[in-house]
Amino acid sequence: MGMLEAILITIATAATPLLIAAVGELVVERSGVLNLGVEGMMVMGAVTGFGVALTTGSPWLGFLAATAVGALFSLLFAFLTLTLVTNQVATGLALTLLGLGLSGMIGESFVGLPGVKLGSIYIPFLTDLPLVGKLLFGQDPIFYLSLLLTGGVAYFLFRTRAGLTLRSVGDNHASAHALGINVILIRYLAVMFGGACAGLAGGYLSIVYTPQWVENMTAGRGWIALALVVFASWRPWRVLAGAYLFGAVTIGQLHAQALGIGVPSQLLSSLPYLATVIVLVLISGNRRLTMINTPASLGRPFVPDR
Amino acid sequence: MKTTLETSNANLLEVRGLTKTFGTLKACDNIDLTIAKGEIHALLGENGAGKSTLVKMLFGTLEPNAGEIRWDGQPVRIANPHAARKLGIGMVFQHFSLFDALSAAENIALSLDDKTPISTIAAKAKALSYSYGLPLDPYSLVGDLSVGERQRIEIIRCLLQAPELIILDEPTAVLTPQEADKLFETLERLRSEGKSILYISHRLEEVKRMCDRATVLRHGKVVGHCDPRKETAASLARMMVGSEVQAVVRSPAEGSDRAAVLLQVKNLSRTPATPFSIPLRNVNLEVKAGEVIGVAGVAGNGQGEFFEAVSGEVRQAAAGTVRIRGKDAGNLSITGRRLLGAAFVPEERLGHGAAPRMKLSENLLLSRYATDRKAFLGAAGVIHDGAVASASQRIVQAMDVRKSGTDPEAASLSGGNLQKFIIGRELDRQPAVMVVNQPTWGVDAGAAARIRQSLIELARSGSAVLVISQDLDELFEISDAIAVMHNGEMSKPIPIAEATLEKIGLLMGGAEPGHVEHVAEPA
Repeated sequence: MGMLEAILITIATAATPLLIAAVGELVVERSGVLNLGVEGMMVMGAVTGFGVALTTGSPWLGFLAATAVGALFSLLFAFLTLTLVTNQVATGLALTLLGLGLSGMIGESFVGLPGVKLGSIYIPFLTDLPLVGKLLFGQDPIFYLSLLLTGGVAYFLFRTRAGLTLRSVGDNHASAHALGINVILIRYLAVMFGGACAGLAGGYLSIVYTPQWVENMTAGRGWIALALVVFASWRPWRVLAGAYLFGAVTIGQLHAQALGIGVPSQLLSSLPYLATVIVLVLISGNRRLTMINTPASLGRPFVPDR
Repeated sequence: MKTTLETSNANLLEVRGLTKTFGTLKACDNIDLTIAKGEIHALLGENGAGKSTLVKMLFGTLEPNAGEIRWDGQPVRIANPHAARKLGIGMVFQHFSLFDALSAAENIALSLDDKTPISTIAAKAKALSYSYGLPLDPYSLVGDLSVGERQRIEIIRCLLQAPELIILDEPTAVLTPQEADKLFETLERLRSEGKSILYISHRLEEVKRMCDRATVLRHGKVVGHCDPRKETAASLARMMVGSEVQAVVRSPAEGSDRAAVLLQVKNLSRTPATPFSIPLRNVNLEVKAGEVIGVAGVAGNGQGEFFEAVSGEVRQAAAGTVRIRGKDAGNLSITGRRLLGAAFVPEERLGHGAAPRMKLSENLLLSRYATDRKAFLGAAGVIHDGAVASASQRIVQAMDVRKSGTDPEAASLSGGNLQKFIIGRELDRQPAVMVVNQPTWGVDAGAAARIRQSLIELARSGSAVLVISQDLDELFEISDAIAVMHNGEMSKPIPIAEATLEKIGLLMGGAEPGHVEHVAEPA
């Protein structure tokens, strides 16, 4: 395995959790809800995934538990913001703080334990291809799942009636309500899908990326996922491109340090946010594109008059 | 059709004792309504009379507290819009329920309950739209369309469901007279096909022209059923308002030839700021002391951009493009122009005309702290609460603003009452120049008459008044001359004695002045 191939594979591994979490959040935001709790849901997924995989010995049960906990945790957010109509920004921040604290407490006994590793797939001949074999055909199953998820979400949003309904709710919830679309139900489902994705992304961190539990191990990846959604102007395939770009930056930063290149790591880790700001400036210049892609009801509370 | 009206089994919809309460307010109180097959039934009433609440209950977006709805003689419960559509009730909303970011076909698909592919829907919608003479490109993005085109989507969307009863909520409010005629043709064709139509409007002439029967609501109660063709506009208005509506009296403008020009717009051009805005093309207009000039036009033909440039919401580089009382003002801010003696009432009440979450007195201070600095502010800018409160009280009394509490938040007032307050706030200053955009949009008949009368009186007391409005009846009622905006260009003002509805309508549709006999395709 060559150096380049190794680097590419580590980039894919770094990008996968970003991609999963960001695609989930994209669905949430397309329905008009801004959930800033991605970091909290991710870290809860990470600690649960690690714990369940460790106790059962099955990484798959770990992923399942991480996904379920992410969805459950987001259900709390959905209940607060959609049923009790609390402020979405404040509730999302609270969810992140709660997740970070709670996961630290739950995971106290896991610190320092070796995790359960998930094997990579192996397809005879294809995986053995030079240079691209391991990259394309020899990675862990969740990597492939993340690509399927992106394609699936893109297809769902732009090719199915249900996706159209979800986008309509994000564009104008009052109109959707007037047509008889159940705005609140759709938003509940979207938020829970986003939570499930964030949980799975967290599980990936503690089971595949670094198979161990460290407090705050998400290290801001939830925030990068949030920035990626805006960076991608709410388009799934652009999220994929953005996730790999930021994955490359993360890995590049490690290699740059190893090679003694004097770029401050703080600067590199601020790159995703800088890039997001630049993209926001660029897309706000084109009102038409902004209108088509930005969910117009994003973050706005909805109370049906009954 | 008319002969079958009396027999009860010809009724498509019967509503008995329908009641809806919000808190302590009875929005609809024991409403009775019957709609026969194949009739156009008008629902009349002022703002807040309960029309929208009633219609929402019929379409399933609101659930009644009491009462019965019978469809074809059978009692039904309309729990949601799906149920309404299933029965055969279609709705064209007043504030269009469309999605800007989606295409016309996608918008239509969202209200169809079956899972027909978008391409099939697009083809069907296109065919149907052409057969009714309402051409529509199903793949156009709704955000790019004019209001008239948006309404077509709403109507086509409704017709695709093959409804038996079509509810139209204030459908002509945003149309040119020619577009409205087109709509009436469509409605009459639907009636001849045996469909029933519930037609909500406050334009009494239309109701008289088209509708077979009318039900009049006031304060949530039915106050009468009538045949609108046997009534006069005044008698219908009296039923709606409950008392005689004061007719607007326009005394002739005297000596306006010699009067000074107080507001002058000269060679005003603007490049569009966004892809959706209209460029202004060399607009010229003069308003003299003592006269009311009206600006007509279909929504989205540059009136908003024109108002922004005149009021100073957007400043112009060339100071001479807008002159107020003989002084260059094109590069001044709104406050700068106010200090020259001008007053402005923008179209959007909440957000532009008033800060929604601030009290009326605070809104008064916000717009007049500079012009009435001595009265309202003391040393170091300390607010004289008493002076502001008493001025606010004075305006409330002068304009008969109905509100709850002594000094409520602007957003808590109904649209009409807030508009009375905003206009009163400016009139209270006796401005030399008054520019108003859509003065009575969504304002009920009584309040509208009061606003219009006060604008005429302001002009006759020696001020220059410029009124931008989509309501042609209003412009004919108050203006001394009417100019028309189309696609960012302004026609020469036509003196009211020479202006006809047809002439103005054609200019609104884009006909060249002087070529009005060539009937232009309505845009």
